Amino acid sequence: MLAAVLGTGQTQHRTRRTDVSMAGLCREAIDRALIDAGVEWPQIDAVVVGKAPDLFEGVMMPELFLASSLGAVGRPLLRVHTAGSVGGATANVAATLVRAGVHRRVLAVAFEKQSESNAMWALSIQPPFTAPIGAGAGGYFAPHIRSYIRRSHAPGHIGALVAVKDRRNGALNPYAHLRQPEITLESVQASAMLWDPVRYDETCPSSDGACAMVIGDQAAAEASGRPVAWIRATAMRTEPTFFAGKDHVNPRAGFEAAQALWQAAGISDPLEEIDVAEIYVPFSWFEPMWLENLGFAEAGHGWKLVEAGETRIGGRLPVNPSGGVLCSNPIGASGMLRFAEAAMQVMGRAGEHQVEGARVALGHAYGGGSQFFQMWVVSSS
Amino acid sequence: MRRLRTCFTGRVTAPPLSAPLNISFDYTRSLGPVLGPFMTGLRDRRVLGNRTADGRVHVPPLEYDPATHAPVTDLVEVRPTGTVTSWTWTDRPLDGQPLDRPFGWALIRLDGADTALLHAVDAGARERMHTGMRVRIRWASERTGHIRDIACFEPGADSADRAEAAGEPVTIMTTPIRLSYTHTTSEDESRYLRALAEGRLLGQRCPVCRKVYVPPRVCPADGVPTEEEVTVRDHGTVTTFCVVNVPFAGQRLDPPYVVAQILLDGADIPIPHLILGLPADRVRMGMRVAAVWRDPASWTTSPENIEHFRPTGEPDSPYESYQEHL
Amino acid sequence: MSTPEVAVVGFAQAPCLPSAGTTSGVETLVPIFRRALAEAGLDRRDVDFWCSGSSDYLAGRAFSFVNAVDAIGAYPPICESHVEMDAAWAFYEAYVKILAGEAQTAVVYGFGKASAGVLRRVLALQLDPYVAAPLWPDSVSVAALQARCALDGGIVTERAMAEVAVRSRADAAGNPYAQVFGDFDVDALLAERYVADPLRVHDCAPVSDGAAALVLAGGDRARQHPRRAWISGVAHRVDPPGLGERDLTLVPSATAAGEAAGLRGALDVIELHAPFTHQELLLRAALGVGERVRINPSGGALCGNPMFSAGLARIGAAAEEVMSGRARRAAGHATSGPALQQNLVCVLEAS
Repeated sequence: MLAAVLGTGQTQHRTRRTDVSMAGLCREAIDRALIDAGVEWPQIDAVVVGKAPDLFEGVMMPELFLASSLGAVGRPLLRVHTAGSVGGATANVAATLVRAGVHRRVLAVAFEKQSESNAMWALSIQPPFTAPIGAGAGGYFAPHIRSYIRRSHAPGHIGALVAVKDRRNGALNPYAHLRQPEITLESVQASAMLWDPVRYDETCPSSDGACAMVIGDQAAAEASGRPVAWIRATAMRTEPTFFAGKDHVNPRAGFEAAQALWQAAGISDPLEEIDVAEIYVPFSWFEPMWLENLGFAEAGHGWKLVEAGETRIGGRLPVNPSGGVLCSNPIGASGMLRFAEAAMQVMGRAGEHQVEGARVALGHAYGGGSQFFQMWVVSSS
Repeated sequence: MRRLRTCFTGRVTAPPLSAPLNISFDYTRSLGPVLGPFMTGLRDRRVLGNRTADGRVHVPPLEYDPATHAPVTDLVEVRPTGTVTSWTWTDRPLDGQPLDRPFGWALIRLDGADTALLHAVDAGARERMHTGMRVRIRWASERTGHIRDIACFEPGADSADRAEAAGEPVTIMTTPIRLSYTHTTSEDESRYLRALAEGRLLGQRCPVCRKVYVPPRVCPADGVPTEEEVTVRDHGTVTTFCVVNVPFAGQRLDPPYVVAQILLDGADIPIPHLILGLPADRVRMGMRVAAVWRDPASWTTSPENIEHFRPTGEPDSPYESYQEHL
Repeated sequence: MSTPEVAVVGFAQAPCLPSAGTTSGVETLVPIFRRALAEAGLDRRDVDFWCSGSSDYLAGRAFSFVNAVDAIGAYPPICESHVEMDAAWAFYEAYVKILAGEAQTAVVYGFGKASAGVLRRVLALQLDPYVAAPLWPDSVSVAALQARCALDGGIVTERAMAEVAVRSRADAAGNPYAQVFGDFDVDALLAERYVADPLRVHDCAPVSDGAAALVLAGGDRARQHPRRAWISGVAHRVDPPGLGERDLTLVPSATAAGEAAGLRGALDVIELHAPFTHQELLLRAALGVGERVRINPSGGALCGNPMFSAGLARIGAAAEEVMSGRARRAAGHATSGPALQQNLVCVLEAS
């Protein structure tokens, strides 16, 4: 059975959205999604909520207290949590509910209100009997970036090129947390080296934000007066955080998810056939790494697409025209923002950051220790 | 009386190690356009509910109308007195509860409201609690715009307290959350930790893939317990690393310092650890390192027995020898 | 209801114990995966989809479910998802995935070490974080407020509640996984002290560490299997969160879920996820459970309540009734949240 994104909505993402409660944050995104989809509350059959760790907000299963505000009372309500990939997983679960013929229209919403606590604190709670190595948030990923550079012989400025591109794209996105039209290669390279080889301007912010979308079946899509984003294929893969022989640079779970995705979408050459990609890039160097993992480039060659400017808007494969995770990072919503931007692009509703003629788009999310992968391909027809 | 069954499984060893895990954070909750005025009202000794489209007055207020889904903007002040609609009794209060002596929990419908608020009642004795009893708010002496500005309720039919408008609107409330857990390790991990207390590094080999895990664990690739014990050397190779230049909460060393993945000789999975004893910018992938142990007199069942790793001065390992571990 | 397309073909659980296992759950899960898959006649490599339910707040750590994947042996990579809910809702996600044709087989599992913290205090964090949780109302007191409403409304009596406990504990004597069991006398129980008036110890589920795993198969994969319980319907709903906003004696979400799952009709057995005695009585009314239906032959959650797998275990226990031939038609129920806020009903049939 077919499923389509009927509409999307998101909040203004900021370090602290002290003007709203958790319910208010979610509803800002939901109300925009309902308007964008042209859907009224009574037409919603079920609600799927996605969020990363409950310790961020200090509420155990917050969907319970939010049930009424999210319009879920009397309806089925699911709460997904698959670490950083959760926003993507939430959209995929909603798509499955529609594709199974269980529901006609499902509301999916993902959020994180990180200013209620401190994500660094929540993620670095040290259980007893473990060594207090103390590397901090970027300390987990920086060594793997070093491995990538060693393996691919990528020049040192590739990460900075990605940061410049994404931050300038973010300046085109009215919802983005960081909007830096003036950023340059030099300014990124002059920013502080936090976790060598990762510089300050190459890292994502901590944001409050939410994203919502309405996913409907064929009848709902056809009843919509506006263009929709047809969900051509979804894919997910998981592998353990650590195991002997784990490839942290090019994880097999991501590679296999992408291969399954392309096959299900009938895509044989993703670089040719995908018009725009929203890829989960929390540290700039992950753009070339994921380009390889996703099969847009051979292993070791992803950085060449970046260096050639092919991932800019107007390039061969525009990547993260929204500005991506590097510009807005409400963790629980970050994955859904990628999926939503892919839909917005093929619906022609991406505003200033619209990629001309985008008809087929990728949404990608990952989480944990590069181990949970969620993806979809959406198209305009 | 409850009877309990016990079950013994696996090999007989000392019980698994466990230790306290305490988490604590003062959460800052931004309140928005409905809860903000409600908390501001409590600071000023007023209780504000709100009215939904069906005419019902809700205390505590609802942010969105359950029927129309619209924001509920019609604020209504209600009385600080009310009626208990349900109750229970607590003989031994838990940490963080409103009173530290026996008290009642109650659902209380304030006069002027159609819904009930959950709070504590300082009734003195269980026998004084009953459904339908009349109670009034006992305000906290110090009020900040928080549900705990209501210290509790107390028996009584009327209230002489007067509201006092004071200060700026409340937009954020702070809520401390402190929880205590006992963290329990597995038998494998406990054996590893007990070996560490003797200055030994213990690995275990997966019976399926034959890989050696340090610390020992269920093989994540095969989903089977690792069993065969393998002693691993405290020398190894740096596979990859990062230089930490950034200060953050809870840090123990002054930046810059190096956190590396170290593949111990005889192991098939690297462990993270500190590399000290040379400038951070001299650390290399492939560098040979050795553990620097603390004074044996201080050894416990803890990975902290190894203070850090230091360079051995041996020639670097070739890239091919560790490239499968990146 | 159309022809069922998905069946339960295997189930296993860990014994419910007051304190057992690691905080991560890995070592507890390994043997129950093995047993559930053996019962289903599947190799772990034949499983198309894995889905789990657990809670970070049970373990006191962010991402506590991530480790549990190690118990699967997840390399080469697998299709896997997780809900921060009782695993009964992971069961629902897996069921829908099979219905959608995205998988033919699935393993659903739940786990948790409820004894790691002070469970009834931890569960206060499920309440509204602005107006209720900062008072730390513990989950037993919250249930007691609900029980009081039911007593005041004349819907239950303390004797009827004690009778639920006596029946459950007697039935649990035949359940090797139960934590509390045996022969008890109603009058003796009623002579005990209150723990949270009107609840006594026997009215409350014990704190249990445990885990459960259940295997699903769709279409031909299910038909090939000699031992199966067809799922004729599953549905779930949620009620408003405010304890003072709803009539705590009614459980409209359970009623609606039961109707949507096709619960109506002759039923041999129902496994109700009622962590408190009065909740079983409220659920029986809300679901319209008739006098002739056998309730909780396993002893139910009152005799072993492994958080985040107890709801799944109810479905598993109901499925076992069907797979063993003891029942033609059975139902499993799961609840989540304070005072029965969220409810799921699954109806299982022999053919």
